[in-house]
Amino acid sequence: MSAKSQRRWHIGRVTNIRQETDTAVRLKVEVPTWPGNDPGAHVDVRLTAPDGYQATRSYSIASSGDTTQVVLVVEELPGGEVSPFLTHHLAEGDELEVHGPLGRYFVWTASDPDRSPVQLIAGGSGIVPLFSMASAREREADHADFRLLYSVRTSRDAFFCEELAAMSQTNVNIVHTRESPSGSTRPPGRLTRDEINRSTFPASVRPRIYVCGPTPFVETIAQSLVQLGHEPVQIRTERFGGTS
Amino acid sequence: MGVINSGFGGQRGSGHPRLPPGQTIADDWPVLTAGPTPDVTEDEWTFTIITESGAEHRWDWNALHALGVEDIVTDIHCVTHWSKLDMPWRGVPVERLFENVDTTYDYVMVESTGGYTTNLALDDLFDGQAWIATEAEGEPLSAENGGPARLLVPHLYFWKSAKWVSGMRLMPDDEPGFWEQNGYHLRGDPWQEERYW
Amino acid sequence: MSHLDGNALAGAFAETLGIDITAATGRCAGCRQVFELANTRSFVTAMGKVMRCSHCDSVLAVLVSNRQELLANLSGLSWLTLPRP
Repeated sequence: MSAKSQRRWHIGRVTNIRQETDTAVRLKVEVPTWPGNDPGAHVDVRLTAPDGYQATRSYSIASSGDTTQVVLVVEELPGGEVSPFLTHHLAEGDELEVHGPLGRYFVWTASDPDRSPVQLIAGGSGIVPLFSMASAREREADHADFRLLYSVRTSRDAFFCEELAAMSQTNVNIVHTRESPSGSTRPPGRLTRDEINRSTFPASVRPRIYVCGPTPFVETIAQSLVQLGHEPVQIRTERFGGTS
Repeated sequence: MGVINSGFGGQRGSGHPRLPPGQTIADDWPVLTAGPTPDVTEDEWTFTIITESGAEHRWDWNALHALGVEDIVTDIHCVTHWSKLDMPWRGVPVERLFENVDTTYDYVMVESTGGYTTNLALDDLFDGQAWIATEAEGEPLSAENGGPARLLVPHLYFWKSAKWVSGMRLMPDDEPGFWEQNGYHLRGDPWQEERYW
Repeated sequence: MSHLDGNALAGAFAETLGIDITAATGRCAGCRQVFELANTRSFVTAMGKVMRCSHCDSVLAVLVSNRQELLANLSGLSWLTLPRP
């Protein structure tokens, strides 16, 4: 990916919108000039008002690979500027300006010769780039072992429910912080260090770890991982949240 | 040719006689934060004016209020194109803090907890043009809106109304503050549309 | 979804300076720590984008666009290194 191509704004067309949760929508955007993207990469979305005012926000891409379709999941942040437009006003057939793909740090690629295990840890909407990585792993017959630990408030707030349930190459573990689903023996609550220890790859197998979520989540998890013996260089983090 | 997202920008219709050029009315109060929100309690809060002689004039929360709090109803205009009309505030007029301050300088650098700065001329702070505000819309200012106290200079773009204000340093010349060093206008009069350098 | 770390500014850096900061390292001119720019804190506002040091909160970079030009102030970074494209 050359610097030149990154400077370019692409024009995409929204081909499909559906509710992902009560507060989030999944957008499929067809971008004819899109060069494809690595799993975990992100994109800037720019909105322009009729008076010329512009606002740009950065969103992780749920899709990956050599495709011109870009899939985003956008959660509405009340009082926000960009997310309420994307979740409520955007319609199928509308055009959107996007810039990217961006990101060479928080990505996983199947062409990577490193086959050490991959541990994904997501908090809330931080699932999006990690879902992209797990989906890419799903397309490979033989590759690194993957585990996903996904912390979410309630089952109604979980993204990609069907896709995650159908995954065969990633061991998926979803925990709930506010309300456990019926039949669950785990009381609702935040991930503890002991629980991370039990449900993730141990430091002894030197997993590559990707952590994504709100800042306090990422910091707490990263700290626990270091206490559990993982080397900081093995832990990659991405923080999401309140910018609306 | 770029894309226009019709419907983005909300009710960006304008034309109200009290709206400066390029502004539209916001119903809510958008929050703009370029740094972490500091946690300052009323008990900890102080405001310090430092003059060219090095003299420091300091007020705590009670001393500020003892100067006399006023009710203000005013329009505010953010450089990001939204305005709010008839917004109720309460605060202490800035000129009351300068009653015993001896200076020959004409400008101040306004300083905030967290490091934010913005520059202002004394001519824009006196004569009922600026307040140290502690309440808005009938409530104590929330931390995200600049509480416990922020500057209120409603005749200039709202970035001049520094949140979490902690003091003013007198300056002989007009030097740029945080946004003014980064492309925004030294004075910021919305009626002249003084947005950028 | 919306980024709060250095990745939130990757697009703006690519647009203003033509560089990809997502795999860059830098040094804070304030506290002199060295870090990956992806791990900084960013504040995306309608006035501009601000990158801050996650160790000392110093402003590392400010990116502002008006209708005529894009401004990049990198004065809070002693240096930054980028992988060769």
